[in-house]
Amino acid sequence: MTAPADLNIDRIAELSRLALTAEEKVRFSAQLGSVLGHIEQLSKVDVTGIEPTAHAFPLHNIWAADIARPGLAVADALRNAPAQRENMIVVPKVME
Amino acid sequence: MSVPLHFQSIAELSEHLAARRISSVELTQAVIARTKAVESRVHAFNSFDEPDALAQAVASDSRRAGGQSCGALDGIPIGLKDVIAVSGQPLTASSKMLANFVSPYNATVTESLQSAGAVLHGRLNCDEFAMGSSTENSAFGPAHNPWDLTRTPGGSSGGSAAALAAGAAIATLGSDTGGSIRQPAALCGLVGLKPTYGLISRFGLIAYASSLDQIGPFARTVEDAAIVLGAIAGHDPRDSTSFKTEIPDYRAELKRRRGPWKLGIPKEYFGAGLDPEVGAAVEKAIAFYRAHGCEIREVSLPHTHYCLDAYYVIATAEASSNLARYDGIRYGHRSKEAKDVLDVYQKSRAEGFGDEVKRRIILGTYVLSSGYYDAYYLRAQKVRTLIRRDFLNAYREVDALITPTSPLPAFKLGEKSADPLAMYLCDIYTIGVNLAGLPALSLPCGFTAGGLPIGLQLIGQPFREADLLATAHAYEQAHDWHTKFPSL
Repeated sequence: MTAPADLNIDRIAELSRLALTAEEKVRFSAQLGSVLGHIEQLSKVDVTGIEPTAHAFPLHNIWAADIARPGLAVADALRNAPAQRENMIVVPKVME
Repeated sequence: MSVPLHFQSIAELSEHLAARRISSVELTQAVIARTKAVESRVHAFNSFDEPDALAQAVASDSRRAGGQSCGALDGIPIGLKDVIAVSGQPLTASSKMLANFVSPYNATVTESLQSAGAVLHGRLNCDEFAMGSSTENSAFGPAHNPWDLTRTPGGSSGGSAAALAAGAAIATLGSDTGGSIRQPAALCGLVGLKPTYGLISRFGLIAYASSLDQIGPFARTVEDAAIVLGAIAGHDPRDSTSFKTEIPDYRAELKRRRGPWKLGIPKEYFGAGLDPEVGAAVEKAIAFYRAHGCEIREVSLPHTHYCLDAYYVIATAEASSNLARYDGIRYGHRSKEAKDVLDVYQKSRAEGFGDEVKRRIILGTYVLSSGYYDAYYLRAQKVRTLIRRDFLNAYREVDALITPTSPLPAFKLGEKSADPLAMYLCDIYTIGVNLAGLPALSLPCGFTAGGLPIGLQLIGQPFREADLLATAHAYEQAHDWHTKFPSL
């Protein structure tokens, strides 16, 4: 099990917003290399002229009537917030 | 009553309740007592709320006393996989990320069961975010198979299967993205139904891979599965992928639809990797249908070999997108070590997610990333078209397909956990169904010499669950596998 040469684990971890340890990077690279090696088989299928399937039963343009309805109460929406103050979710400073 | 209450079917118990031989409070107490007696060994539950369940049972009994009973499910204890929202109750997806999350609203299936009078009992263990085939990816520890506690009950809905097999619920709900209802049903000797994509609302189901996820029942009998399906099926404006389709009386249809059916045997499902005892049991079931007057035909699903690959591209791509919402900001785990916003995202996710979830997010991110999208994701979606076409071609010749559910009976806990690819291969007979959006169920078709249950998979045509259930019912009526219970 070796990682494919072009699996840049640092870049993918960054895109995934996952802080990986050095040990995880090595382990996941090897495991994913083995899975990607299997997935490579897809390249053997002739898909010329085949449309992609996003859903087994595609539905299009499902509209809801534009009617105002009550949503979650503020207390319910905040109940699971990691930090809150004065009906707001507290987050670390975004701008200096 | 020779069979204890906690091992009886919904059909039996609803008659006892209607005849006032038992009350819902008595039944719920019996199920809770059983839950307490077995839970330390089975670990099927992430949590259960005894006072809340008993209050629901009291309400059911008073409805009945007032002549307002809601039907067959009124007063019946039903457990939900811990990815289905119940307002005011914990909802964890077996993840540290949501360890302290309390659901602020109900899933549509939760409301449907409540309207039918069911007593919602407990939130059932599963692989983290429904990713896995053994429940070993649960952040709270694996569930154990009641037939052999050293083995997995399967996954991802392993807790739903283990609880029911152990008598800690009368029916349960799970979710099935690549086999997560059917495989644990097979490994625990139960009926497990994955309905057609779009038949059941996904509103309030924690999303894993949205184009594949579907909620469905675990039950002791096909009739019970029909009863639960009837309660939860139907269009829901809150799920835009939910279909408007006629919902028949599935239970009544069991008696009306008697076959004989034309049944297809996909030759690709009986090759290398199939355990000989599982293969032999499935062959016997095929022989039963032949003797029952069904025409049995070999069919071919030529792209079967590519199902696993297409699935792991599409499912992980969708998962990487769906799980982006767990960012440590609005809900879920937030790292105490984080110093700025990017740090909150990266550290909260690193601390909150387990290994398999991280692996799938990374794989999904990779296959969607710039330069690889066409080679992996778009190609997998095209292969998905071919896989779906294979099934629809087969249905020009036959009414349903018969296959094994899982290539193996229940395997030992720890046996496959170090090798993700070996674990993924557990799903080879179930994932094509999800890619094609079809209904399929697993029902018991025997035991290994070592006493482990074996599952038979029947795959049906879109939105024709009534036919699928009737086909399964014909087999079940002639066999007694469903009357065997594990000794715990």
